[in-house]
Formats: sequence, structure tokens, C-alpha cells
Amino acid sequence: MTAYILRRIGTSIVVVLGVTFIIFFLLHLIYPSPAIDVLGPKATGPAIRSWNLQHGFDRPFIVQYLSYLGNLLHGNFGYSWKANQSVTALFAERWARSAYLSGISLVFAVLIAIPLGIFQAVRRNTIADNVVTGLAFVTYAMPVFMLGLILIQVFALSFPIFNYEASQSMSVWGVMTDWRSMTLPIATLTLISVAGFSRYMRSSAIDQLAQDYIKAARAKGLPERLVLWRHLLRNACLPMVTLIGLSIPFLLAGNLITEQLFNYQGLGLLFFDSLNNVDYNTLLAYTMLGALLTVVGNLIADISLTVADPRIRLA
Amino acid sequence: MAQVSTSLTPLDITRAPEGGEIGPIQSGWKLAIREFAQNRLAVIGLAILVFFVVFCFAGPLFYHGQVFNTNLTAADMPPGAGHPLGTDDEGFDELALLMWGGRAALEVGFFAAIIGIGIGAIWGSVSGLAGGIVDAVMMRIVDMFLAIPFLFIVLIVAVRYGASVLGLSLIIGAFTWLVPSRLVRGEVLTLRVRDFVSAARAAGSGRLRLIRKHLLPNALGVMIVNVTFNVADAILAVAALGYLGFGLHYPTQDWGDMLSNGIQSLQDGYWWLVYPVGACIVLVVMAANLVGDALRDSLDVRLRRR
Repeated sequence: MTAYILRRIGTSIVVVLGVTFIIFFLLHLIYPSPAIDVLGPKATGPAIRSWNLQHGFDRPFIVQYLSYLGNLLHGNFGYSWKANQSVTALFAERWARSAYLSGISLVFAVLIAIPLGIFQAVRRNTIADNVVTGLAFVTYAMPVFMLGLILIQVFALSFPIFNYEASQSMSVWGVMTDWRSMTLPIATLTLISVAGFSRYMRSSAIDQLAQDYIKAARAKGLPERLVLWRHLLRNACLPMVTLIGLSIPFLLAGNLITEQLFNYQGLGLLFFDSLNNVDYNTLLAYTMLGALLTVVGNLIADISLTVADPRIRLA
Repeated sequence: MAQVSTSLTPLDITRAPEGGEIGPIQSGWKLAIREFAQNRLAVIGLAILVFFVVFCFAGPLFYHGQVFNTNLTAADMPPGAGHPLGTDDEGFDELALLMWGGRAALEVGFFAAIIGIGIGAIWGSVSGLAGGIVDAVMMRIVDMFLAIPFLFIVLIVAVRYGASVLGLSLIIGAFTWLVPSRLVRGEVLTLRVRDFVSAARAAGSGRLRLIRKHLLPNALGVMIVNVTFNVADAILAVAALGYLGFGLHYPTQDWGDMLSNGIQSLQDGYWWLVYPVGACIVLVVMAANLVGDALRDSLDVRLRRR
């Protein structure tokens, strides 16, 4: 077990190194130097050259990469020449909001998708099951922004129950308590995730319902409720662990669009703004951060799955 | 002895035993097609896809709505005579816009999926056939690319170089070969120890011929399934790009762009700028997903019966 975990961490480190290289290379390819975007379109050749020299963009690519990697190891994401502060400081201001939005949406999505999937599996091929499957299919086929806009139209404009803009509060506590503003962004991300999860949950629960241990539990006279909650639930949830790990890139992309749609001052909106004013280091840093989160998320999912399910062969 | 043999009644071999008639032996693909045709949702999905292909590619030949020249005197007209779905804020005909936008969406979706599946098939089959350290390295590279949030890269590229049908297809295809390559590798791993591959090897086929003639045709099932899902994903990605304002631009039309433009005037009650295009995106993506699901089911059945 320990050997497996250590080996898994080892491969993850290799993957992280490779990913940082690929992303740095791609961005270097797209923006060999951000000088023209920082100095403005009228910058002269000597000005650009001296700026490149000053900020190390004249060095060979591999040296630039290694020095970036070294900074990264010290938690230094570089300097944002557009916002005139370090990217780390920019992230520090905003990460908690994004983490709150994604985290709570993920929790809600799991809490909804698991019982929903089990319900569908137990009542499979009834009208209720078909309606839920149909709704999940439609939601799954919907662009995130469209779902958000429908929610805004219905729950903020037609029936003004909630706010159409996310909370603008400066403190995270203020954001959390401002449920009138936060309901719609959270609901958008949650519904999209539920649509993705519930299909897997349903088929996983159907597979488990056909297993012998369920028959045994029923045969010994256990009430159906206990069969489902004590025996089925744990086993049917196992695929969800992997699924949550895999859904991180999807969640980040969803976050980007939701934050832009609801004007929520998180990392996604920062990335969007950086796209518009070509804030090189912020773009690079957020892409790196997304990749790191994905690798770490998959690592945690894999390890917790082997802990939760001893049947998994540690090959 | 002779008497005994004559007293026995001869076996009645003209009547078949219970179990129905034995039809002509069918190939796996025919079985898969029959299985697919019995799935009602899949047939509906396929019909929707075919409808949209005809609507977007043949539609503009018969319906000449205004999509190139602005006509502000005819802006924001509700659906009515001359404009079955009304006009947008520049006087463009909404129905014609839907056709042209759908054309771009389907083109990007299809090209991106083909590029992705092409790279994935080659990468996966080479990796699976090579095995050992080459396989391990190639699969770690897949892991690395899988960790990159591809929408971010697509956005950065679209901002820097502008979005075009070809460019978007290339960049989306360049990030969607990962899942197919894993699937194809899995197939190749099971196929390469089968007798027909050994026979082909013994007959002297090289690696390239082995991949081209024996491995890829047998891995075609998983590839086809994946193409449909990739088409759906690519269309969604393009719509997201269009919504954020970095999508395809005039004279190319883009559903995501249309939707985000329409939403700005939803408060004025211009519903025809929002709901038709929204329905189109959802229908196409849903149809592709339905077809993909059904294909996976029918091809799985084929594998089970073999």
C-alpha cells in the first residue's frame, strides 16, 4: 500500500514537471515576449530589447523555463505587469472566493447526484427515472452560460427571488452569508455537475443492485431502506471518487464561465480579464494552477479509492 | 440384423427443433446496426443530426436570408413574413444566421473530432504495440496533456491569433486526442496477442501494416463512439468561446456569439434572438451524445456476442 502510494506520488511529480514544461513551452510559443503588450503598440525596437533584457526574456528558452520553475517552487508565480503586483498577491486576494464557489458546488452536486442515482436505479425504467434521465441529458448538453442565463431569467428577473449578480463583498465571510446573491452561481455549477455525475451514479447503482450481497441482505429480511443505505450506498459511491477527481478541469472551466457571467471576483474572472489585456504572467500562472490542481486531484482520488476499496489490485 | 434396421423409423430431419429459423450468418457490424436501429432514442438522435446537417449545409442554397449586409431599418423585427425567425440588431435574418452558425459549429466539431481521433489512433496503437518503456513514456505524455485545462489554452490561442474554423479545429483537435489514444491503446493491448495478429506477423507484415490493416480496423468501434462525443464537446467549447467574446467573427457566424448577443436584448423582449439558437445548441449536442451512447451500447453487444 505504502509502496503504491509512493510510486503514485512519484509519477505525479514527473507528470507535474512535464505539464509545467508543456504549458510554459506553449505560452512561450504564443507570446515569445510580452514586451509589446506591456510597453504598448508604439514601443520602439530598442525599448523592447531593453525591456526583454531587463526581464530575462532574452535568455534561451530552457533557462527561462528553469528559472520560472525555480520561482514556482518558492510559491512565486511571477509579476503581473498589468496589475503592477505579484501574481501571488493577486491570487491570494481571490482564491478563497473561487474555492468557495467550486467547493460548495461540488459538495452539493455529490449530495444530490448520489441519492438521485440510487433513486433512479431502484425505480429504473419508470416515468420518474425517464424524466430525470431526460432532464440530465438536456442539462448535460447545455453550455454552462446558457444554464446560468436561464436561471437568471427565471429566478432573478421574472421572479426576483435571487440576485442576478454574485456577491461583491470583500470578505469571504460576507460572500458566504450573502445567499441571495450566491444561490444562482452555485446552482448553475451544481446543476451542470449533477448532470454529469448522475448518469454514472445510476449505472453504478444498477450494477451493484444485481450483486449477490444485495440479494443476501434482502433475503435475511433487512428492510429495503437499510439495504439501500447500509449496503448499496457505499459500494455504489466508489466510481464517484474517480469521477470527482476527473471533474476538476471541467469544474475550472465551468468556474471561469460562471464567474464571468455573475461578475464574481474570483480567479476565473481574473483569467478572463487577463485574456483581454494580455496579462502574460497571470495567464501562465492560472493555467499552471489548473494543471497542478488536476494532477493533485487525480492523485488524491486514486489514493482514496485504493483506501476505500481494498479489492483494487495494486498493480 | 437387416430386420432390426428396417423396423426403426428413420429420423425426421426435415423439422427443425424449437428455437426458430436459423437465418443467414450476419457480420458483427450488421448486428450492431440492427441493435442501434432498435434503440429509439438513438434513431431520434441520428435523425436530429441528419436534419441539422441538411439544414446547415443545404439550407442556405434554398433560403437566402440576409447575413452579410446590415440593414438597420429591418433590425430587431419579430418573426413574421419575410423573416420566419425575425432579425437581429443588425438586420440579419435569424433563420439564415442559424444555418450559417450551425455550419461553422458542425464543421469545427467534425474536423476537431477527426483530428483528435486521428492523432489518438496513431498514438494509441503505436504505444500499445510497442509496449515496455516506449508505452510507459507515451502514456505519461498523455497524462500530462490530460492535466492541462484545455479551454484555457484554446482561449489564449483564440485571443492571440483570432478564431477561425480551421484554427479552432486544429487547437481543439490537438487537445482531444488523449482519451481516444487511451482507448485505442487498450484495444490494441488485447488485440495484439490474438491469433490473427500473430498470423499476420508470421506472414511477414511489418508494424505499419499491422497497425493499418489489422489493429485499427478492429479498434474502429471505440473510435467511432469517441468521435460522436468529441463532436459534442467541441461544439460546446466553441459556444463557450463565442459567449466569452473570442469566438468566430463576421463574416463567419457562431451560435455562441449569437446567443450572447441575443441575451443582451432579452430584456427588450426579443426572445427570438435567444431561444431558437439555444435550442439548436442543446439539440445538436444532445443528439450527438445520444448517438454516442447508443453506439457504445450496440458495439459492446457486438463484442459480447463474438
